[in-house]
Amino acid sequence: MTVGSEIRTTPFHKMHVDAGAKMVPFAGYEMPVSYPLGIIKEHSHTREKAGLFDVSHMGQIKLSGEHAMSALESLVPVDIIDLPLMKTRYALFTSENGGVMDDLMVTNLGDNSLFLVVNAACKDSDYDHLQNHLGSSCDIELYDDLALLALQGPKAANVLSELVPSVKEMAFMTAKQVMINDIDCFITRSGYTGEDGFEISVSAQDAESLASIMLASDEVEWIGLGARDSLRLEAGLSLYGHELDTSHSPVESSLNWALSKVRRLGGEREGNYLGDKIILNQLENGSETKVVGLLPEGRMPVRDGVIIQDDNGNQVGYVTSGGFGPTLNKPISIARLESKFTNSQSKLFALVREKKIAVEAVKLPFVKHNYYRG
Amino acid sequence: MSIKYSEDHEWVDVKGDDLVVIGITDFAQEQLGDLVYVELPEVGDECTRGDNISVIESVKAASDLVAPVSGSIVEVNSQLEDEPETVTEDSMGEGWFIKVKLSNPEELDDLMDEEAYNSFIEE
Repeated sequence: MTVGSEIRTTPFHKMHVDAGAKMVPFAGYEMPVSYPLGIIKEHSHTREKAGLFDVSHMGQIKLSGEHAMSALESLVPVDIIDLPLMKTRYALFTSENGGVMDDLMVTNLGDNSLFLVVNAACKDSDYDHLQNHLGSSCDIELYDDLALLALQGPKAANVLSELVPSVKEMAFMTAKQVMINDIDCFITRSGYTGEDGFEISVSAQDAESLASIMLASDEVEWIGLGARDSLRLEAGLSLYGHELDTSHSPVESSLNWALSKVRRLGGEREGNYLGDKIILNQLENGSETKVVGLLPEGRMPVRDGVIIQDDNGNQVGYVTSGGFGPTLNKPISIARLESKFTNSQSKLFALVREKKIAVEAVKLPFVKHNYYRG
Repeated sequence: MSIKYSEDHEWVDVKGDDLVVIGITDFAQEQLGDLVYVELPEVGDECTRGDNISVIESVKAASDLVAPVSGSIVEVNSQLEDEPETVTEDSMGEGWFIKVKLSNPEELDDLMDEEAYNSFIEE
């Protein structure tokens, strides 16, 4: 690291370098994009066994105060007040114009405290947003001394339950505080790969020891950000800055499922969050655009930014994320399209390097989710 | 004959009679990571040094193969269209891209020998 550079490292940095990782700058951190195994094998390893991901760049925030739960509801279109103890829910920070400022995971820790995990690139603006709106009523702490590991894959529960038997019966989107070999760990059964798995928050000083304990299992390999992206793409999970941004509402990004019923029109706590009128109107009447999957014909990847046309050559959308799906062994993309073109009957084409490639609009995900529902 | 190297990380195997085989170096292959798609030019296409003549796509990104010499394309390795991983497995052999009949053989003098290329990638 050169003097004066602002690039940050995570507590696992030395382990990544020792493991032979290719390190790249990402959201202000130097992060492993791949290891000597390579992205495709790392991807398959996660789908078949268990992958270990360093996601310590993400923001971990504690929100506490007598009215913390109702306070957070004023910033998200999601039911937080009724979130049960040690349950986790997906949420979105909306803006005045109904756009999405970030997506996040919220866990109810009890005692009027919530634990939030937010995107790395948004964590400082999220913190400011929370301070601006909730600072007078809540304590807000953005941790800089915590690491975050994700253990993902069909063998993740076996690996972790050998260390802590009680995690085996945790259901998807629940949380638990446990000790692993005398290390304090806060675990949620969640992830960003479509597979069963866990995210484990641990102090920076214990981070390396915890990773070493998990890597001692033959089932576990380090997995880089490259495979993290191809895994989430196959699982049809939104990536902030791609499927989600401040110019598009959750409805326009096909996240209706994340908008809680009690916060919708006619619900007990309808609206009362930033951008509520716009979002509630779109929920009733539909939105002009939607996010869908695209299957390109042939082998050529259709990447983000590529224009999608109808068969008259009119632009009807663009690709938000695209690349190659190793599990399907073919190219896959996610696109924002005018809503009337999102059914599979539409004849659509992607324009890649002046070539027209036929693409089919499909429902997400590309690879079935494999969550443990208990 | 001899193998020459370009600053764009291609190798050029000079076969005599102004015929060369072109591929990407092991260094380039390692930098790109797993390849998922290769788009090749057509046999008979003419290329000028510096033209983008082929697209190489890894899981992460698309890169161009830049013509290291000028000439006409006499053969392409169509195996790469179905099995781009051949480049990852054997970039200097089975993973060759194209064969070119040189129109300006003097351009070969501007390429590096192995020693020069090895110090180039050290930098």
